[in-house]
Amino acid sequence: MSDFRAMFVGFPDFNVSENFFPNINLQEKLNWAEEFVQNVLIPRLPEAVAAHFPVELGTVLVMFACAGIFVGVVPLLPLFLVLAERKVAARFQNRTGPMRVGPWGTLQTLADGIKLIFKEDFIPPQGDKLLFLLAPYIIFACSFAVFAAIPFGQNILVSPFNIGIFYIMAISSVIVMGVIMAGWSSNSKWSLLGSLRSAAQIVSYEIPLGLSILTVVMLVESLNMQEIVASQSNGIFSWLIFRTPFTFIAFFIFYISSIAEVNRTPFDLPEAESEIVAGFHTEYSGMRFALFFIAEYANMFAVSAIAVTLFLGGWEGALPGYDFLGGLPGFVIKTLALVFLMMWLRWTLPRLRVDQLMNLCWKYFIPIAFFNILGTGIWGLIFPEDTLVSTIISCAIIYIGLIVAYTIAGRTLAQKPEPQPS
Amino acid sequence: MEFTLKNFIFYGFALMTVASALLVVTVRNIVHAAFSLMVTLFGVAGLYVFLQADFLAATQVIVYVGGILVLILFGVMMTSGRLEMRVHIERGQLLLGGIVSLALLTLLLTVIANTPAWKNLTDDGTELAPTTERIGELILNGPFLLPFEVVSVLLLVALIGAALISRKEVRE
Repeated sequence: MSDFRAMFVGFPDFNVSENFFPNINLQEKLNWAEEFVQNVLIPRLPEAVAAHFPVELGTVLVMFACAGIFVGVVPLLPLFLVLAERKVAARFQNRTGPMRVGPWGTLQTLADGIKLIFKEDFIPPQGDKLLFLLAPYIIFACSFAVFAAIPFGQNILVSPFNIGIFYIMAISSVIVMGVIMAGWSSNSKWSLLGSLRSAAQIVSYEIPLGLSILTVVMLVESLNMQEIVASQSNGIFSWLIFRTPFTFIAFFIFYISSIAEVNRTPFDLPEAESEIVAGFHTEYSGMRFALFFIAEYANMFAVSAIAVTLFLGGWEGALPGYDFLGGLPGFVIKTLALVFLMMWLRWTLPRLRVDQLMNLCWKYFIPIAFFNILGTGIWGLIFPEDTLVSTIISCAIIYIGLIVAYTIAGRTLAQKPEPQPS
Repeated sequence: MEFTLKNFIFYGFALMTVASALLVVTVRNIVHAAFSLMVTLFGVAGLYVFLQADFLAATQVIVYVGGILVLILFGVMMTSGRLEMRVHIERGQLLLGGIVSLALLTLLLTVIANTPAWKNLTDDGTELAPTTERIGELILNGPFLLPFEVVSVLLLVALIGAALISRKEVRE
């Protein structure tokens, strides 16, 4: 398996950052790419070439090749997810969805992709050409850089960053720069409105998102994604979502805020087609539009994968000692279940108004998230170790809380009149 | 200078930082300046990684790129949403800026000249540990607890002040 890990060496793993490998003996100075060049590549070259082979250059090339494998494989995911979305939408509307291209329309996305490549790449003549060309790349690069820290399995990850989840938050906060860049450089009112809406939304929802991540970090006492997964290794009740009642709430805040972060219905105001055409990517066409599209679906998968890693056990299974819902297949199944939930919500719920959107974030999520942090701190004082007793108490509170929420709170909220926009 | 991967990437980041910082002050379009500032801040984050300050690097990106820069752009776009946003520089500003940068340059050169021989942090055998834990210990359980709390109160005051200024007066 460790050879498999070597395959996925990412760009940041150069010599200098040994501190990104906290579990590896620092004396060994392990560098996967360099080792690969020394032990695998050079012995296979003809002797005359091997004598003069520049190891440093080879290392760089191997790193780029590995990053290339990764960047080449991950876009296949959106290819599948776009089809899934259309099929799910069709089912919700009692249709069959795309059926013509390939068996049951399975090759439809491929056909669409080819169509997009051959379409005219239109650049608005009144816009800012340089920034217009640059913006899709920023969004695309940031969406894919997030994957570098997501552990898909015990040995399948690009880089075991010591600051994993913090790195993910940092990189995904850059996406909003790309959105603003796209909206502004298009020189169109729809684009500008969409990008400003998007920026306001993403910056706002980053706060409850970060605060719910903090509850997890408080319990695990690490930012490392692998350590977060490792702390959930004792079956379904050791998953962080069931560990305390507060992380249970935090999971839902995290998930809903994630939907807002990736601009999906019911939070799709930045690209509300009935109001502002397509929002920040109105003026884009052809392959540049496809980049936004791929990035959107990659983001969906990424935030679901992060939710699974933080709250639903990551690649650890649901039963201790068994591989049920564990490993790479289990991880993908859990992630796709959350992705499906996103699609389900998209085709079920209407879009929120701007004031409702901001109310939800600032008046409900952020106070609840702060309450969660306080609660998690107190829980950590009462139960310093995760024991059977603490698990039973936690699950009981969650169970009672759900019943109370369903019977009492749900009915009172349903009778409350909807506040009017000011 | 020997060519190593480390040097190559370091000079790449340094070039990126310096070149984009030059663009920030020379470009006339204020939005272009803001976007080149993004590259500068990224370059600085890269340099932090080279100084083994991984936590600081991520904080740099999250605070400056994801927060402050977005605010700057927001301000610019809310006030004048057009493509032609030129910066006008007057002669007095040029003189003042020149004086400040000269003073800063002198200061930095003095610091560089007085620094004892450059050395690699790992050379004397100290083991490099991840910084996150040490930062947490120092701030929440160590000598920097009081300053940290004072700063947080300051931020709270700023938050309340902003809410007070922007709220709508409801008159009965």
